[in-house]
Amino acid sequence: MLQGWVIALASFAYLGVLFAIAWYGDRRADAGHSIIANPTIYALSLAVYCTTWTYYGSVGRAAATGIGFLPIYLGPTLMLALWWFVMLKIIRIAKANRLTSIADFVAARYGKSQLLGGLMTVIAVIGVVPYIALQLKAVSNSFTILLHYPEIVMPARADTLPVLQDSTLYVALIMAAFSILFGTRHLDATERHEGLVAAIAFESLVKLLAFLAVGLFVTFGIYDGFADIFTRASIEPRLESLLRFGGNYSSWASLTFLSMAAIMLLPRQFQVAVVENVNENHLHRAIWQFPLYLLLINLFVLPIALGGLLLFEGGGVDADTFVLTLPMAFQQQGLALLVFIGGLSAATGMVIVETIALSTMVCNDLIMPIMLRWQWLGLSQRSDLSWQLLNIRRWAIVIILLLGYLYFRVAGEAYALVGIGLISFSAVAQFVPVIVGALYWKGGTRAGALAGLSAGFLVWTYTLLLPSFAKSGWLPSDFMQHGLFGVTLLLPQQLFGLSGLDEISHCLFWSMFANIGAYVGVSLLRQPNAREAGQATLFVDAFRATQTRAGARFWRGSAQVQDLLPLTARFLGPERAREAFASYAQRRGVASLAELVADADLVLYAESLLAGAIGSASARAMVASVVQEEPLGLDEVMNILDEASQVRAYSRQLERQSQELSAATRELRAANQRLKELDRLKDDFMSTITHELRTPLTSIRAFSEILHDDPRTALDERKRFLGIIVGETERLTRLINQVLDLAKIESGKAEWHIAEVNLREVVKQSVESTSQLFKERSIALEVDLPDSVPPILADHDRLIQVIINLLSNAVKFCVPQAGRVAVRMRQEGGMLRMDVADNGPGIRHEDQTIIFEKFRQGGQSSDVLTGKPQGTGLGLPISRQIIERCGGRLWVESAPENGKEGATFSFTLPLRILDQPEKERA
Amino acid sequence: MNRSRLTGQRLVAIFLLGCVLLNYPLLFLFNRDANLFGIPLLYAYIFLAWAGLIGLMAWVIELRRD
Repeated sequence: MLQGWVIALASFAYLGVLFAIAWYGDRRADAGHSIIANPTIYALSLAVYCTTWTYYGSVGRAAATGIGFLPIYLGPTLMLALWWFVMLKIIRIAKANRLTSIADFVAARYGKSQLLGGLMTVIAVIGVVPYIALQLKAVSNSFTILLHYPEIVMPARADTLPVLQDSTLYVALIMAAFSILFGTRHLDATERHEGLVAAIAFESLVKLLAFLAVGLFVTFGIYDGFADIFTRASIEPRLESLLRFGGNYSSWASLTFLSMAAIMLLPRQFQVAVVENVNENHLHRAIWQFPLYLLLINLFVLPIALGGLLLFEGGGVDADTFVLTLPMAFQQQGLALLVFIGGLSAATGMVIVETIALSTMVCNDLIMPIMLRWQWLGLSQRSDLSWQLLNIRRWAIVIILLLGYLYFRVAGEAYALVGIGLISFSAVAQFVPVIVGALYWKGGTRAGALAGLSAGFLVWTYTLLLPSFAKSGWLPSDFMQHGLFGVTLLLPQQLFGLSGLDEISHCLFWSMFANIGAYVGVSLLRQPNAREAGQATLFVDAFRATQTRAGARFWRGSAQVQDLLPLTARFLGPERAREAFASYAQRRGVASLAELVADADLVLYAESLLAGAIGSASARAMVASVVQEEPLGLDEVMNILDEASQVRAYSRQLERQSQELSAATRELRAANQRLKELDRLKDDFMSTITHELRTPLTSIRAFSEILHDDPRTALDERKRFLGIIVGETERLTRLINQVLDLAKIESGKAEWHIAEVNLREVVKQSVESTSQLFKERSIALEVDLPDSVPPILADHDRLIQVIINLLSNAVKFCVPQAGRVAVRMRQEGGMLRMDVADNGPGIRHEDQTIIFEKFRQGGQSSDVLTGKPQGTGLGLPISRQIIERCGGRLWVESAPENGKEGATFSFTLPLRILDQPEKERA
Repeated sequence: MNRSRLTGQRLVAIFLLGCVLLNYPLLFLFNRDANLFGIPLLYAYIFLAWAGLIGLMAWVIELRRD
């Protein structure tokens, strides 16, 4: 039933479905409705990683090495966790600079170097074309095997068909047609191909389902579950070793590393992960969905391998074909066909994306730089090169595919093809140092990158590629056994005598040693030049905010719109160029193209448009040819960078200052409030004081007038009047003195004679000087002082002033004869406390704060006889100021409301030395 | 970087964990003649650890708040 035409029909039907999906995807994209704007589709498109090398080859590897096939999939799983940072950064940089291939990415980073882009392209093409051949071989083999159904014949034993009858050629040509149709439809500045990605995602689904179907059939159809297969295998002596890890761990680790590099840096992976990325948020879900895909497609690899080995015991069936031959052996025609289609989809997916990625690289980084050099001789008259560009890519696709086909025909069963998977990965691993440096190290230079890549590539060629040719018999195996020129130290796979490693680990070690060493070493030979430093900043600091058009900072010169527009039009086509410029004008708020100013921004914009079409290095060269540039020196670039970092620092500073400013404003507002309050207080004070001054003055004037006007006043009367005048004058003087005193203290202009003071002596002096007062009013005075007190720091005279004030107040308020005043002094902690208690009428609670205000006196303080307030009303405020100035506190305790008599004025003053010995305590 | 720093750190931690779990010497510990429900211990361990890592990644990614 499985005749040739059935298989062919099924294949073409499948490819037709692919065309339909791609066509539909492109149409939807043109209409503005993307069908691939979905993280799961993005994750599925990443599965282009799984080629026929996975689909058929994993089983083959598992049959030979047990779990040795797994690192190829564990590495990507681990790497995906880092994509959160690494891949996001690459995507941001690529989108901001319109970089469309990995070669362009590296070329742009190291100063937009055409040479570097070219070298990257050469390495990629040499490393990857054999891998394309491998895909074609897999399609061809599976077709041959299926064709011989129900017999199981290995393709090596089948007759080799002439080229024109070889279906593989036609499959290759269809792939080329597909790539051309959906990969080079038009020149797009972003180089995204939505239809293509939709088709690739579909292919990933097909190959996964096909493989799972075989896996389920083998595990549960032929055998009785996983345990059954493993149990049977474990009793077979020849299979037992596959159940345990027999290889060495260095090989395990290097395969993990290789696959980690491959998942990011293979041209096709860069294409689907970076260039075709619609939205960077799709990255998030892909971080776990893609590893899940890898897990699923590997779940049945070992069961199929063991199942096949058990079944085809010594039967000469290649383990690489078990996926297909197991269903055939059980006459499962439908399943076998499905497997074939799955393999076809794995091959086509890889080949299509890889050729498109390579054709972009070949066109932009290899052919364009050469063409542009010729062009100034001949092609410069052409006004529209965009079709030519597309044609270059189309031819590149065809040539790459034919090269792959050619390699497949020539190599056949040779080792150079069979082992190419890992050889190809090792070639791509040479990109690792320059890419890591591009993303995280500003010191890498173009010369360093060239040196590193060349050194790594040479070592790879010598230790891996040439030996594989020798094993295929294409080269004399002489140098393999005796070393180059017979020098044993140069044995390709035991370089400098390093043995004990497998060939991949061996190559990886030496190539990375040479690559990283040359890259870092040469980079460190000199400072990066201006352009390298500028590009390094754009790449390494890609995550910093406000990086949009940051490159404009590094360009200086003059340009004309009428030069830039035609230049862009030549490569993008007049319409697309005009559209792009118009949308730029619109964004800048300029009405028409004519009014556009060709500033650094516009030049950069034009360059990035061109970069999307012809690569960043060529775009740089083209733009430089139509504008007058003043190259920036390294110092200037460094200044700009410094300025940028200064601007950042300034903006942080500004933010902090504005916060401080608003805090200061709040404080100022509060201060203003307080000032107003003080102003009001001052007015009150002035009116009070004038009032206070007027009272004695009025009385003096009145009595003076009487004396003046009436000369006949009796002598006694005159004496009384004069006595009053003298008394009032004294009162006036005292008042003025106190006002001056208070003003001095408050303004801080008072003179203070701070010295060690013995408070006990002060109290004694004060008591002595007021003793007359007590005697006059017959008021008892009790003095209770400790024998000795520690010294305090204070102004001696002012303390006397305070104590006299307190004592005289007490006298004033005591009833004569019955009055009693007690003076007590105690040491409390680090303070001396002094109490002056009387048994007068006391001070009501509401008056207790008032009495410390200026000119305010307790309600009951007026003289019983005259009704006039006694004193000036400044004594207590002055006393409180003095005590506070000496670091103490003055307060009053009194509770007449509760029936307690008297009031106690107390103050505390700090001791000079806080920790006094116990014995000195009172 | 206006990304959830925590998510990034978690993913890096998962990466490091994976590097340790799926490499020598931990791998060596499971390289024994033993079965888990009839499946060789090493094979079962690798797939379980692998699935566990994917589960962790999914958990970190899907439950992030940014």
